[in-house]
Amino acid sequence: MDFEDTPEEAAFRAEARAWIASTGKRFVPPPDATDAEIVRIAKAWQAARADAGYAGLGLPASIGGRPGALIEEIIFLQEQASHPMARVEIMTLGTGMAIPTILAHGKPEHLEKLGRSTLRGDTIWCQLFSEPGAGSDLAGIRTSAVRDGDAWIVNGQKVWTSGALFADWGLLITRSDPSQPKHRGLTYFLLDMRTAGVDVRPLKQLGGRSEFNEVFLTDVRIPDRLRLGEINGGWKVAITTLSNERLALTGDAAVGRNLIAPLLRLASRTRAADGRPLLEDSGFRERLASYYVTVAGIDHIGARISTALSRGQNPGSEAAIGKMTLTRWLQAMGTFGMDLAGIAGCIVDRDGDPDLFEIQQGFFLAPGYRMGGGTEEIGKNILAERVLGLPPDIRPDKDAPFNTLPRSS
Amino acid sequence: MNLDFSDEQKAIKGELRRVLEAHPGVKSARDALEGRAPFDKALWRTLGELGWLSVSIPEDHGGQGLGSETLCCVAEEIGRSLAAVPFASSVVLAAEAVLLAGSEAQKRKSLPALASGERIGALAIADSAGPLLPQSITTVCRDGHLTGTKIGVTHGMIANLLVTVALRDGEPELFLVEADGDGVERQPQTGVDPSRAPARISFRNAPAQALGATNGWNGIRRLLDRAAVVVAFEQLGTADAALELAKDHALNRRAFGRPIGSFQAIKHKLADVYIANELARSNAYYAAWALQADAKSLPLASATARVAATEALERAARELIQVHGGIGVTWEHDCHLYYRRAQHLALVLGGLKEWQHRLVAELARAA
Repeated sequence: MDFEDTPEEAAFRAEARAWIASTGKRFVPPPDATDAEIVRIAKAWQAARADAGYAGLGLPASIGGRPGALIEEIIFLQEQASHPMARVEIMTLGTGMAIPTILAHGKPEHLEKLGRSTLRGDTIWCQLFSEPGAGSDLAGIRTSAVRDGDAWIVNGQKVWTSGALFADWGLLITRSDPSQPKHRGLTYFLLDMRTAGVDVRPLKQLGGRSEFNEVFLTDVRIPDRLRLGEINGGWKVAITTLSNERLALTGDAAVGRNLIAPLLRLASRTRAADGRPLLEDSGFRERLASYYVTVAGIDHIGARISTALSRGQNPGSEAAIGKMTLTRWLQAMGTFGMDLAGIAGCIVDRDGDPDLFEIQQGFFLAPGYRMGGGTEEIGKNILAERVLGLPPDIRPDKDAPFNTLPRSS
Repeated sequence: MNLDFSDEQKAIKGELRRVLEAHPGVKSARDALEGRAPFDKALWRTLGELGWLSVSIPEDHGGQGLGSETLCCVAEEIGRSLAAVPFASSVVLAAEAVLLAGSEAQKRKSLPALASGERIGALAIADSAGPLLPQSITTVCRDGHLTGTKIGVTHGMIANLLVTVALRDGEPELFLVEADGDGVERQPQTGVDPSRAPARISFRNAPAQALGATNGWNGIRRLLDRAAVVVAFEQLGTADAALELAKDHALNRRAFGRPIGSFQAIKHKLADVYIANELARSNAYYAAWALQADAKSLPLASATARVAATEALERAARELIQVHGGIGVTWEHDCHLYYRRAQHLALVLGGLKEWQHRLVAELARAA
């Protein structure tokens, strides 16, 4: 084993670090920046990355990427981790999910039209999958697609759509044949979000921010040439998007956000209930240690993934673990940290104690993180079935025609 | 970046696994439980003859000098097999103590016999209940002779050579004592895990040799830090084996017309065990690198590996019984061999709380 970089990796790391330190200064959003401003800066940052050759690492050269450079992508993300842009996730959907899906199921003209602009951050993507009646059970979606000549007419409602307000294109899954069993009557499209009949409405989350949207689709006309995969073969395409989503989530903000440092700092200037320094308190130490071994374990799982990638192997199923463990811990330690602060913990003050504020952000963000990219309960089902080989649950709806299934009341 | 065993190390693991399959570890743990044999002598002899006990001992001292990562490979396989052999006591604790703090002459005298398995070593460290702290050491050394009593000495009943901790001029130090020597009295204790042959050992003016380069309590901590990494691999191997057994049962046992492994309550339980094992594996891999490289991060890496492995194995052993239902709580079923081993390994280098404290002390120091 060797935890150090190879000479080539070390050289790339030094180069990326220097570039981020010098160029990155121009891409720091002011503290009171609106979401629109942050997106504008994120797009410019992505373009700067592309110009410098730091975008599309691991993606085909035909769209401006550098194939076989996944390890460099990981190093770049590690070096970028302390830059504010590391917490802006809007690009991941395009480079981490849309492009891989188009590569696997699209036509050359799809890639030609959208690949390069996605890599440069000029095209922003959203994922039109979940619906009010279909979340964990994604194959139960009801948004309809009806053939009309060389196009399709789409009607329905999507929800929990991150970034839709700023998205240029969407990855859309629809029901094209309700007389077939639920997984078999689905068709997948690329949707230009400027098409008539697309209506995006922000949803305000419990913490006060609006990252999600609902998207209403009313008589939206999509040309058949924007279909990915076969008619009624959309489930297979959706699976490609979802498995890339799980991989993309290993490097995302939900996984990168941990409260170890703010908890340690808070403890160093706070007293325990018995009046002694909190840092020496047994309860604090035991809890923090168990949290830390999870954070460090996920970090080292990242190193195992890098090892597999640098050997040209596919990372194993351990890649999915990060999100489903750390988000649960984030929620628990958010509550724990506020408890340490006592009565002060119930006041949210952006200009007050920065560590307490960060802990409170964890408290508010964690419930959403625990759902994003699939709930941890669904994640555990997938682990148990695909990794441990346990049998699937009995699904009474699996082979019945979709239009005969009972609906939620 | 390379956080995985090499192909050569993986081949070594596969080879050892075949050796261990010929000596079922669960059977030897059962034999110890039933009082038939305190450990598997035949397997121990085979391991010694084939060189499995000497991988990390330098070539000058009868070993193979393959380094501590290879030692971790061996520990993981021995843990997986559940074999009743004094591996960590002899090879990891006793031999490592001599390597860290012994003189050239002491190394020449002790290491070849430990490397071949001809002699068995054990660490006698605790004088009383509670955490391992310098102020809880009461055994003393005067004029080269020890007086005091050590409790819970793992493999103390089958050891030939004891490494022990005593105060000399008020400073804790490591000492070598012949287990059958004058002034040494050994009494068997009933172990949580009887396959660890635990003993209470009294020294009454027992002749002892100081391991002169101990460097006080810091040196003793260093020995425990290094051993904790290797023991984490033993724990990981046992945890993987427990998960496999639980999974096999969940696939075979049917209830309500289907395998119980198709129920989410069982799936989520086993997924949690899998996750804990993977976290433990990743932390153990990092610590194995830190150990081999003698990295500055070793104390933190070691405590992290230790805490993660202890938590993972405790969970795996607990849920192994729960998934089995009623049959899992019988004496005849093997589940409790894992449950016993898990708890023994959780305590053998000091308990979970001690290592959690150590971890946060290291974190706070680094911050």
